[in-house]
Amino acid sequence: MANLEVKIGALSLKNPVMTASGTFGYGLEFADFMPLDGIGGIIVKGTTLKPREGNDYPRMAETASGMLNCVGLQNKGVDYFCEHIYPQIKDIDTNMIVNVSGSSPEDYAACAAKIDALEKIPAIELNISCPNVKDGGMAFGVTCAGASSVVKAVRQAYHKALIVKLSPNVTDITEIARAVEAEGADSVSLINTLMGMAIDIEKRKKVLSIGTGGLSGPAVKPVALRMVYQVAKAVKIPVIGLGGISSAKDAIEFLMAGATAIEIGTANFLDPAISIKVRDGIDQWLDAHGYASIQEIIGVI
Amino acid sequence: MRNNLYLCGQIRKDMKKYVLDLRVVSVEQIHARYVLIKLTDNQELPEMLPGQFVEVRVDGSPTTFLRRPISINYVDREKNELWLLIATVGDGTRQLAQLQSGDLLNCILPLGNGFKGTLGPGPFVPPEVRGTKGPGPNVPLLIGGGVGVAPLLYLGAEMAKNGIKPTFLLGARTKNDLLMLEEFKKYGRVLITTEDGSEGEKGFVTNHSLLQQERFDCIYTCGPTPMMKAVARYAKQTNIDCEVSLENLMACGLGACLCCVEKTVDGNLCVCKDGPVFNINQLLWQI
Repeated sequence: MANLEVKIGALSLKNPVMTASGTFGYGLEFADFMPLDGIGGIIVKGTTLKPREGNDYPRMAETASGMLNCVGLQNKGVDYFCEHIYPQIKDIDTNMIVNVSGSSPEDYAACAAKIDALEKIPAIELNISCPNVKDGGMAFGVTCAGASSVVKAVRQAYHKALIVKLSPNVTDITEIARAVEAEGADSVSLINTLMGMAIDIEKRKKVLSIGTGGLSGPAVKPVALRMVYQVAKAVKIPVIGLGGISSAKDAIEFLMAGATAIEIGTANFLDPAISIKVRDGIDQWLDAHGYASIQEIIGVI
Repeated sequence: MRNNLYLCGQIRKDMKKYVLDLRVVSVEQIHARYVLIKLTDNQELPEMLPGQFVEVRVDGSPTTFLRRPISINYVDREKNELWLLIATVGDGTRQLAQLQSGDLLNCILPLGNGFKGTLGPGPFVPPEVRGTKGPGPNVPLLIGGGVGVAPLLYLGAEMAKNGIKPTFLLGARTKNDLLMLEEFKKYGRVLITTEDGSEGEKGFVTNHSLLQQERFDCIYTCGPTPMMKAVARYAKQTNIDCEVSLENLMACGLGACLCCVEKTVDGNLCVCKDGPVFNINQLLWQI
């Protein structure tokens, strides 16, 4: 039984496995399948200052080894979260982290400030990388200036661990990572989905309601791994790796590439207990290879 | 007893979901485009309600990434069998049709909400106990088309078991496309329409003379969307309670990904978690 504990700034994770925003609901949806407190953290779905209905159906297209989605941040807003959801999840004994999105730096900051007041939420993940909303989202995440402006505003309003989720839809992701690090981010998580599209040839129409969507699943894993490797070399803050992770082997690849922790996303749809299996698989692998601590493999590549 | 009643649009908090490797008992090709797969387990199968569904994992199909949502066709408690009626429409479902008896099929179940008027544990509340104002039907009509007939078999069987004789109105293109008629006849009266008139009345289900002759107090329907909309229009015009079972494209099946949403009076709701059964008054259908 190796020591699996990792730290993201001041945040302690009992193990490096978390679940990615938008793929694990509020955790409660998966309580029948696994002990929620068995993983290092749960990042709940994207939350905005005001409620959002999201995009029209269809929002999903299956692809080779993955899927496209254009959900568009459907959520009931931060006030609803604080009043109705938070009481249901606050006593889950793991890091319950809220993914925060917005359409202006002020929006992001106002939403983050409300979550700052919630005692049992130790961190937020700032979503400057959603490809499925017209206003904000990825618009901020694709330029250094945009990313900096949001992180700067939020950093003033939010005093706990601040993770910034980066978009892969950029020329050089390390530049964005360095920009948000300079504004005081405690960690970066990457990658959000890769923008893609699908066409129904019989209908001669785009499959998704807004035409494009974000690609996730095993199809994006090599791209994500490369970006995590590059960013881990470029910044001093801890990196959280995600993108197509579906097994302990995948997770260990990201850890070796320099990620301090990992998130599991789309794989939750195929096996709702996958995150606990990945945790166990990492543990067994470390034992089998004679490592006493997970720290011994982080960033060894 | 009323507390046990399952109400449409509500999720029973005590209903646990499972991931199970179920064993294939048989795969029966009942039509060129449909297979009936019967599954079992060494343990007693979990409680399942008519209208709920199963997310099955498709192994061995490189183009199939996500699980496939399949409605519960029938649960045989004596034999401990779960039946899935599957239309082979794509690579994933064609792969499922290749399963052999003895194979294992990984299933997440039971998912979603059932039809109103069916029940959780305990017996169905018979009309004489429930009275006419209870939540269930006295004179139910079950309307199905194509593979949409699948969940109506279990629904009708549960009704019959509890003293209510359902009427099934089943539509198909031709006589050869009618599915599992002998099974339906075990539990209630079966009326048929075919588009070419080769069996039953000619036309669509909503043209059947039955609808002019008899009065029902609740309609449950599943099938192609145009058919369900026509049924919903009839129900609205005649002021009959009506529930429809939707099959929007899904990913997770658990209400986590928000991909399968339907517009409702309460905003976008997940068909997988808040449905798949909806009362037509919840939906924003233009009918």
